[in-house]
Amino acid sequence: MSKQINVALIGNPNTGKTSVFNALTGLNQKVGNYPGITVEKKEGVCKLPRGLKAHIIDLPGTYSLNASSLDESVVIELLLNKNDKDYPDVAVVITDVENLKRNLLVYTQIKDLEIPTILVINMSDRMAYKGISLDVLHLEKQLKTKIALVSTRKNKGIDDLKDLISNYKTLSAEPCLATQDIDTAYFEGLKKAFPNQSLYKLWLVITQDVNFGKVDRKTIADTSAFKTKSETDLKRLQQKETIKRYQFINNVLKKGQTIDLNSAKDLRIKLDRILTHKVWGYLIFFLILLTIFQAIYDWAEVPMDFIDSAFASLSEWTKNTLPAGAFTNLLAEGVISGLGGIVIFIPQIAFLFLFISVLEESGYMSRVVFLMDRIMRRFGLSGKSVVPLISGTACAIPAIMATRNIENWKERLITILVTPFTTCSARLPVYLIIISLVIPQGRFLGLSYQALTLMLLYLIGFGAAVGSAYLLNKFMKIKSKSFFVVEMPNYKLPLFKNVALTVLEKTKSFVFGAGKIILAISIVLWFLASYGPGKEFNNAKEIVTEQYASQNLSQEELDQKVASHKLEHSFIGITGRAIEPAIRPLGYDWKIGIAIVSSFAAREVFVGTLATIYSVGSDEEVTIKNRMAAEVNPILGGPLFNLASGISLLLFYAFAMQCMSTLAIVKRETNTWKWPMFQLVTMTVFAYIVALIAYQVLK
Amino acid sequence: MTLAELKRGQQGIIKDVSSKSIPLKLLEMGCLPGNAVELVQVAPFSDPMYLNINGTHLAIRKETATHILIETATNE
Repeated sequence: MSKQINVALIGNPNTGKTSVFNALTGLNQKVGNYPGITVEKKEGVCKLPRGLKAHIIDLPGTYSLNASSLDESVVIELLLNKNDKDYPDVAVVITDVENLKRNLLVYTQIKDLEIPTILVINMSDRMAYKGISLDVLHLEKQLKTKIALVSTRKNKGIDDLKDLISNYKTLSAEPCLATQDIDTAYFEGLKKAFPNQSLYKLWLVITQDVNFGKVDRKTIADTSAFKTKSETDLKRLQQKETIKRYQFINNVLKKGQTIDLNSAKDLRIKLDRILTHKVWGYLIFFLILLTIFQAIYDWAEVPMDFIDSAFASLSEWTKNTLPAGAFTNLLAEGVISGLGGIVIFIPQIAFLFLFISVLEESGYMSRVVFLMDRIMRRFGLSGKSVVPLISGTACAIPAIMATRNIENWKERLITILVTPFTTCSARLPVYLIIISLVIPQGRFLGLSYQALTLMLLYLIGFGAAVGSAYLLNKFMKIKSKSFFVVEMPNYKLPLFKNVALTVLEKTKSFVFGAGKIILAISIVLWFLASYGPGKEFNNAKEIVTEQYASQNLSQEELDQKVASHKLEHSFIGITGRAIEPAIRPLGYDWKIGIAIVSSFAAREVFVGTLATIYSVGSDEEVTIKNRMAAEVNPILGGPLFNLASGISLLLFYAFAMQCMSTLAIVKRETNTWKWPMFQLVTMTVFAYIVALIAYQVLK
Repeated sequence: MTLAELKRGQQGIIKDVSSKSIPLKLLEMGCLPGNAVELVQVAPFSDPMYLNINGTHLAIRKETATHILIETATNE
């Protein structure tokens, strides 16, 4: 067996690190989590020349090895722990040619850990455009490394990089700076106390407590015996270290890099003049959001209708082809209907992730953070809360993880608490099907009423998030230092490969993650709806025949009555009827009640549940939508899904906390059950009250 | 003067940063004494401030900027 080389990709955010990772691994990558924490772990395999293979880890982006967040501490923990199975044989530091100076800071730190390191200077295609020229040989000599000039956009330099990786044994592991120069007396003492350790490693372990305090100290000798400096002094030394590193970098670049400002062209200035403008900036942001919603509604409709009817026919075909029996029914009514309920969301989720990844990749998202910070601060949020709130429209789980770069704990906690109000993609199917049932077709200024309703629901979700943030900010007594730094990266045309891989990865994880839950629930529901206790269920046929004997019904009508009688007395019917008194004031029947209850596992289960309940006992090929439209209100008559009950349901789903995975993530990120329970109770009670008022006013 | 007083389009040189109130991360991004700084753009109420420090573009809040002392290079 040939040995795999462990390669770690490290670099500042916005250097195109992920593009390099994608170029190296292509589709041979997988995304998981680091054990015990929710930091995303991206790894892949890359074939190298001469039959070698590399195992590549894309580490979270970091500005330095001084961790200030959970994501960054992952990088340090790996680099400090030689026994980790992922400990790199070679580190590849990715830099952006336009920000070489700043990007080299983390490079010098990694060199000082004495790890063999390759330097990638990415986006090299922009050198001429920016008037930059490099003396690569000089840089290689001074930085004691090998350099690969790469352009993932033009697909250049990747083979050179692979070559360098396969020759990793020839790389120098010599440090760039002498650590003891930071404070000679202090480091002499340290050296005496731990003669066998690398000084810079010791220094990192000592200082991580100052910044973060989560690095596992057991990975290296216990340094607690040696703590001769106060935190303020240590911080001052870190500042001194940073200045020293920049001095080194400046010296290297003085000869190694020339920038001719006259030939530099800057698109950034022109674009920023408009995109961060006091008026135009906001207007453009609003127009972009409007376009996204119109697009999701209009573009996704065709594939969704197609999927809906395809699954209806498949279910019908299964029933007709396979021998009749319990297994066929389970397959046709439980499994296929349930699967249809998952697959139908794929077009919209793909579109949503497409837009979000384009906004992120282009660098526009940072401008939104800049524009919104002042406004968001009024509500106790940060400009950085905008990113979770926008990506919350895809899914609250990654959104809550994206709050990690909010430096202020109070702002971060409030963002975590209010993010589940944003309209996540799991709410979409519920919204779409109800909107198409109760909102009339027609257009206003070229926008369809239905799309406008959807937009309004997104605004309501956003409004609820911001409004509750305002209240939380007023009533929560948490003191923490306000501080905010956001990099404004260059504008970039998003790389097709990156966007495509993100969309593919996220959609896949939705289908397999949420899909498993939905499928399991569909099957359980099918059983509960197909079987029941006692006489009423088992002797349904006789009871119904007797009951309607005088009315002279056709066989078909009679079958229908038998089926609905059975359903009412099945396990699920009994449960549904038990909760019906609680939901009747909102305009729902017990079937919707069951769908709501099962939605607490995950919202998107709603449509699948109704599909399963309605398809049990029905023989025709009908789509979910048509079945719902045909439902009759048992008390008032008329369609069950009318404007009043429809709006009530929409509002209930807009506000209620119905997602177990989100609760679990909130627990992990806040380290207590207090906050997720707070969300569950307040949001759901609020949802009930609003839905109640809506139905009572509109009916 | 402090960085918070800089006008849009104006440039200066960083003289001193109070290491107590300024996070290490900001220093690591290049906010160090001796480096040039330019105010590129401001949001409404001139907060946050979009800066170009030594070639790095970043935005910070006005409050943070009051802890950074600068000297204006030119006063045209």
